[in-house]
Amino acid sequence: MNDRKPAIEVENLVTHYGTRQILHGINLTVYEGEIMIIMGGSGSGKSTLLRFLLGLGVPSNGSIKLLGRDITHINSQEMHELRQNMGVAFQGGALLSSMSVGENVQLPLDEHTRLDQKTKEIMARMKLEVVNLGGFEDLMPAQLSGGMIKRAAVARAIVMDPKLMFFDEPSAGLDPVVAAELDELILRLRDAMQMTIVVVTHELESAFKIADRITVLDQGNILMTGSVDEVRSSDNERIQSLLNRRPSNDEIHADEYLARLTGM
Amino acid sequence: MADPASRNPVFLFVEQTGRAFIRGIEEAGYLFGLFLESFFWILYGPFLKQPVRAPAIFSQMMAIGIAAAPIVFILSFAVGIMLAIQIIYNLRIFGAESQVVGGVALSVTREFGPLITSILIAGRSGSALAARIGTMQVNQEVDALRVMGINPVRYLVSPALLAMLIMLPTLTFFSDLAGMLGGAVYASLEIGLGIEAYAYQTLEILKMDDIYQGLIKSVVFAVIISLIGVSNGFMVSGGAEGVGKATTRSVVLSISYIVIADMIFTYFLNR
Repeated sequence: MNDRKPAIEVENLVTHYGTRQILHGINLTVYEGEIMIIMGGSGSGKSTLLRFLLGLGVPSNGSIKLLGRDITHINSQEMHELRQNMGVAFQGGALLSSMSVGENVQLPLDEHTRLDQKTKEIMARMKLEVVNLGGFEDLMPAQLSGGMIKRAAVARAIVMDPKLMFFDEPSAGLDPVVAAELDELILRLRDAMQMTIVVVTHELESAFKIADRITVLDQGNILMTGSVDEVRSSDNERIQSLLNRRPSNDEIHADEYLARLTGM
Repeated sequence: MADPASRNPVFLFVEQTGRAFIRGIEEAGYLFGLFLESFFWILYGPFLKQPVRAPAIFSQMMAIGIAAAPIVFILSFAVGIMLAIQIIYNLRIFGAESQVVGGVALSVTREFGPLITSILIAGRSGSALAARIGTMQVNQEVDALRVMGINPVRYLVSPALLAMLIMLPTLTFFSDLAGMLGGAVYASLEIGLGIEAYAYQTLEILKMDDIYQGLIKSVVFAVIISLIGVSNGFMVSGGAEGVGKATTRSVVLSISYIVIADMIFTYFLNR
């Protein structure tokens, strides 16, 4: 991987929610054309990390470079230009409910290009074909199933042919067949469109199937970053707990437990 | 363990009042920022190749204005009749029922036209704005707009604000006409004053300042309704329940601010 250029570089990222520290100095590099899985249990900070990678928050400390530009120190116009190279598929799809599927997919083209309407419609239809939703452009999001909404969201995210693609829990709430289809789609995007892809997930099967590398987060810290085999063979107890779906063995002392219950 | 002083009701009252005051200041600052940013996009958006889209403005104008016209007409017509009833009842003591024309015309154009229209639009369109943006916030649609490089204020707030600034004064003028028509219909039935004579007397009595006073108020009310609606929408958290709370809060705050602003306006414009 090291002969490739980094597409995403995170250095010493520290974030807070109110007074509570969420991320404790994250360092992460994602190389061009690779699929990086960010994995961790609930509350590990993976969704927070994604929000900051998307430029949806201002970190307390550290830097985030996307395609060589530090998004913590660029102006809004530069960020606006950078966003045209980013695509995001949110967990719930986040399609605009007042627009049809076709209008949703076409929206980035309406906002960022001066193409004529016919061309934009053709491009939107092409991307819907890529995600196997050809012919669904006139339906409203409320008329689609969960899997179709996620695929429509992917079509919207790739309509500008972005270099960076982010997925938030792509398989969550989907049946295994639809989840596998989505995994195949993510692999196709990397192979056919040479996208750099970051996937936040806690679905192990999906993660191992599509990952080039995996970063495991726990309580706002990176436990390890490595290949699928490296993560699988890790002797870190918390990673093994996550992989084998074992509850954490953290001891709770009686005094501490009582104090937590009584607030004293 | 909690400090005993903090459990003292007086301390608690002072603390809660102080917190509410600070929250109020923060919210006022947020509203002002939203107002400035909306106008920034309206004025400078085209130069940054991020214009406020005309179709979005027209769509909001339809929802806020055209669709509300029938109910504005009915309520304003009814208010005109009520005013005529009250005024005729009071003037009858002095045998001056024919003075009802001036009473209705001035009350409607200066006060009731903008007030009734704004309260109606706050309940109808302000709440719809809060619910729409709140739902988008909960469904991550606002985040989706941001990551697509679409500024949510430009895309959601500016069209709504502009449409409200155009349609509320228009509806207010329409409400003025409907209110005066209501007064005229009642006066013709009650005291036999013909509609034509009523209209002639109205034109004699009304000055442009009277109409402007109502229209200026409606511009301020338009800003209040749209900003309170969208700000409550953007501040939604906690799913469907949060959307419901934001919608209710938006209507209550809008109507409260409209009535208070109206009182202040009336005081200064009539001195």
